[in-house]
Amino acid sequence: MTQAPFSVKGQAGPASAAAASGAPGGPAAAVHAETAGPSGLSGPPAAPAAASPGSKAALLRRLAGELRAAVISAAWLTFLALPLVVFRINSAFGKIDYLWGRLPKLAAVTFLATLAWRFLLRRTAFSRVKEAVSEAGGPPPEGARGPAGRSWLSLLDRAPAKKALFLALAAFLLSVPFWTSPYVVLILITALIYITLGLGLNIVVGVAGLLNLGYAAFFGVGAYTFGLLHSGLGLGFWACLPLGALSATVLGLLLGIPVLRLSGDYLAIVTLGFAEIFRLVLVNVDFTNGPRGIRNIPPPSLFGIDLNGAVKPFLAGKGLLHPDMDLNKVLIYFIILAIVALTVLCVYRLENSRLGRAWLALREDEVACQAMGINRTRAKLTAFALGSTWAGLAGVVFASQITFISPASFDFMLSVMVLSIVVLGGMGSIPGVMIGAAVLILLPEYLREFQDYRMLIFGLIMVLMMVFRPQGIIPGTRRVYLYSPSPGAGGGAAPSAGDGEGQGEGPAAPSPAGASSAPAAPAGPAAPS
Amino acid sequence: MELFLNLCVSGLTKGSVYALIALGYTMVYGIIALINFAHGEIYMIGAFTSLIFSMALGALGLSGWGLLFAVGFFAVAYCAMYGWTVEKIAYRPLRGQSRLAPLISAIGMSIFLQNYVQLVQTPNFLPFPDLIPDLGLKGGVSRYASQTQLAIVAATAVCMVALTLFIKKTRLGMAMRAVSQDPVMARLSGVNIDRVISATFVIGSMLAAVGGLLIGNYAHQTDFFTGFLAGMKAFTAAVLGGIGSIPGAVAGALILGFSESLAAGYISSDYEDVVAFVLLIAILTLRPEGIMGSATAQKV
Amino acid sequence: MSGENAPLSPGVPGPEAGQAAPAAGDSPRDPVLSTSGVTMIFGGLTALSDVSFAVERGSITALIGPNGAGKTTLFNCLTGIYRPSRGTMTFSPEPGRNIPLRRLAPDRITCLGIARTFQNIRLFNNLTVLENVLIACHSRMKAGLLGALLRDRRTREEERAMADFSYRLLERYGLGPAVNHLARNLPYGAQRRLEIVRALATRPALLLLDEPAAGLNISETRELDSLIRRVRDSEELSVLLIEHDMSLVMSVSDLVYVLDYGALIAAGEPGDIRRDPKVVKAYLGED
Repeated sequence: MTQAPFSVKGQAGPASAAAASGAPGGPAAAVHAETAGPSGLSGPPAAPAAASPGSKAALLRRLAGELRAAVISAAWLTFLALPLVVFRINSAFGKIDYLWGRLPKLAAVTFLATLAWRFLLRRTAFSRVKEAVSEAGGPPPEGARGPAGRSWLSLLDRAPAKKALFLALAAFLLSVPFWTSPYVVLILITALIYITLGLGLNIVVGVAGLLNLGYAAFFGVGAYTFGLLHSGLGLGFWACLPLGALSATVLGLLLGIPVLRLSGDYLAIVTLGFAEIFRLVLVNVDFTNGPRGIRNIPPPSLFGIDLNGAVKPFLAGKGLLHPDMDLNKVLIYFIILAIVALTVLCVYRLENSRLGRAWLALREDEVACQAMGINRTRAKLTAFALGSTWAGLAGVVFASQITFISPASFDFMLSVMVLSIVVLGGMGSIPGVMIGAAVLILLPEYLREFQDYRMLIFGLIMVLMMVFRPQGIIPGTRRVYLYSPSPGAGGGAAPSAGDGEGQGEGPAAPSPAGASSAPAAPAGPAAPS
Repeated sequence: MELFLNLCVSGLTKGSVYALIALGYTMVYGIIALINFAHGEIYMIGAFTSLIFSMALGALGLSGWGLLFAVGFFAVAYCAMYGWTVEKIAYRPLRGQSRLAPLISAIGMSIFLQNYVQLVQTPNFLPFPDLIPDLGLKGGVSRYASQTQLAIVAATAVCMVALTLFIKKTRLGMAMRAVSQDPVMARLSGVNIDRVISATFVIGSMLAAVGGLLIGNYAHQTDFFTGFLAGMKAFTAAVLGGIGSIPGAVAGALILGFSESLAAGYISSDYEDVVAFVLLIAILTLRPEGIMGSATAQKV
Repeated sequence: MSGENAPLSPGVPGPEAGQAAPAAGDSPRDPVLSTSGVTMIFGGLTALSDVSFAVERGSITALIGPNGAGKTTLFNCLTGIYRPSRGTMTFSPEPGRNIPLRRLAPDRITCLGIARTFQNIRLFNNLTVLENVLIACHSRMKAGLLGALLRDRRTREEERAMADFSYRLLERYGLGPAVNHLARNLPYGAQRRLEIVRALATRPALLLLDEPAAGLNISETRELDSLIRRVRDSEELSVLLIEHDMSLVMSVSDLVYVLDYGALIAAGEPGDIRRDPKVVKAYLGED
């Protein structure tokens, strides 16, 4: 066991070793996980090692070394997986099936995986070193590139392009039900529900840095509130929508109060346990109908209009509707679309508010956050409860869409799925979460063969993203404020704000907004106010 | 009375197994302040490898004590290797990052291992044979406790003693205590932190493997999902006793085992699993440092 | 205040011209902060024993001592991160208003007017420089959940006023060009400065600086010297600093307290402290 399969130190040189073992600031930083910056990139860089391979022979030698290391790692993993993969228990006959045919496949998979792993590790380390080098050089350059992560979507950061894209997307999404099949609408509703869930969880995990592993329970609370209030009191969708959100919020508060005073780690396990208990209670309690669940949950009503009876023939007659389309689902589609739009607006506004900044501070450094005069417990509690609100909201829509709910709909897998969406897309990033949901919900619908491997892939995504790209596919960007320097003593600065970069000009070069005499209010394109 | 004694014995048995798993949580937390969510999965893999090797070696004609120890050896060895590898892949590259990253990586690893076993083996429940040979117990204690129960308690006790000796007497054990108290100082005094962390995962995984083997014998079945709830309960036990504290983990596990058994016997077996959670919330609200912990909890 | 450990307050030199601390010049005893018998015990270890001292309003007071003497522990007690086992701490944001600090949470203490920096810089690394300062304005802002969601006129005006305030504060201390940079991308010296500016944004009456010169080079330390004076004068506050750099301590502070093994062993003006045999012994050991 002396040959470490994943050791990068032997082959990859000092730079990647330092970055990969997460030792940015020398020995002290490596062991003091809690004091290092969230990205762990702040330390001084080691010399870039992967650069300048020298000659062709050196390159070949390095390649050979790389292959050898990958072979050793793969051999180790194969050996590790062998008993579970090859010796399959055949419980029907009480014996072991020896599936040696799996062995070559196993070896190939582990070999390719280790090669990819080593390559990615090297690349991550290299890019981190590069970033550190470029940033270590002196004070921030005047009027140079803006702050926060360079997004490959930077073209879209320009306001007109953004507006045009936004309008096009809105028009497209609004028109979808009128030219697609009912199946597509159903999938889109599911995807939009997950986007809502992802954006809600993003407040908790991405913005406030609290790991909630029981999000499914709050989703379930919303759904069951609707189900029970309908079957018991005959309440309809519109009455239950706020009630479902409210009950999830209240539950979030009740769960959060005892736990949130403590370190964040406990929250993860308590929410995990809570979700499991919630499911168990649903199964065992009579008034929720146990595992049989609640049936015949009605669709939302629209001013008492019989959509399928009165409106559908008219639209279908004009060729504007798929003949099998259920207009109730179309209504749900529009409702959830509106909820997503509202959620995006809310989350955007929250992120750039006093409250949202308190959450961000909490995520970045709890001690410093308190030293800024922020009540830590209250900030945590609002983030946690507010995240639950959106789960409740989505739950009501879900119940109405699926018409039948049972405890099985709200298991741990759902929490995992939503967390994967947030992690893959980018914690704290609104477009990231939307893309993450689209990828993780829509792709499996079209790639059926992945269905079995779905959970496996979700687990992998979480590990790989954390190791190689903790900021997600589309990292969150911070708001850029435009200023002109005070002309003299007492002269007021003129703040204004835009989003993304391309506008992040330094005070030395007065920006159009900054040059105007009247200070413009900070406002972002996504928040027309 | 008879019922009460029976419940106590089953509580003690369960508590022993929880203790074996809880130690892994508490040791890892003591060293790197991480909830190793994948630990419950290591325990599940322990149960699976035990089953696989018991069938494979049984088919080769091994039986009795020889079979038990051979199976134990393979299960412990494989779990140790899994624990070591998991740390290397999912946690080591993240050291020095925000506390959220390793936590998410850990939960991802847990889900991955669960589904990996489900895919390569089976999603169904598997029957688990009785591996502990007949001890020929009669009368006395055996009226209240099966020999499997006694064997589990005895094996756990042996593991505890071995672990205590290891922590107290060996160089590596001392290094572990040093790292858990002050990682910076430990490193400055020449302790190889990476090695200590690896060793912590390996030892925790070995104990979990023993737990997996024993619980298989006791419950007579296992499945890929078994590590989820067991892991959560073991973590509860660790928190109950004061996370980071070894005697605390054992005490917490026993308390949890007793409470569960009594709840199952006197209230309803439907709510057996709820007990752990209620205890967890209660302890976090009333005494977050745990029953055995103090402001400066004794760590590892 | 108990007899022998009563705060030593030899005539603090009157504050320099241009700063407004009305009472400080005339009265020798107008402390912005005073502690009496503060004791902190961890398990069996006594980290602070019976510490009584005072910070004169408008002064720059230094707290020195060998490593492990309990300086940062004292800061943590003052800012509510630790609860001292015994003793009283009284904060007086303005003359005549005395607030006992003992049972207050860290955020309450900040709101009352004690701000601090940290030994190992604790900025919000992934946020911009401006956001770092905006966060410090938290307690002076009112917008709640509804305000954030509706973004009404009042909220917008408050946001703009605070952004404006933060920008001007940053500009005043030379960080104007960096407002939109992520805090972690700043050079080390600028990060130290940002941490001070961030603390100032809470509008404190007392600023606690925990080793502000740590990691700075000689010229940066010299700049820090004038920065601390400037902060004291233009923000009208008092400064208590922990520092190892003796040249900085000697030049900037009006009064120096020396802590060793958790107890105060000397107090006085920098010149006296330098010659105090007890202090020399604490730093250099016996012989």
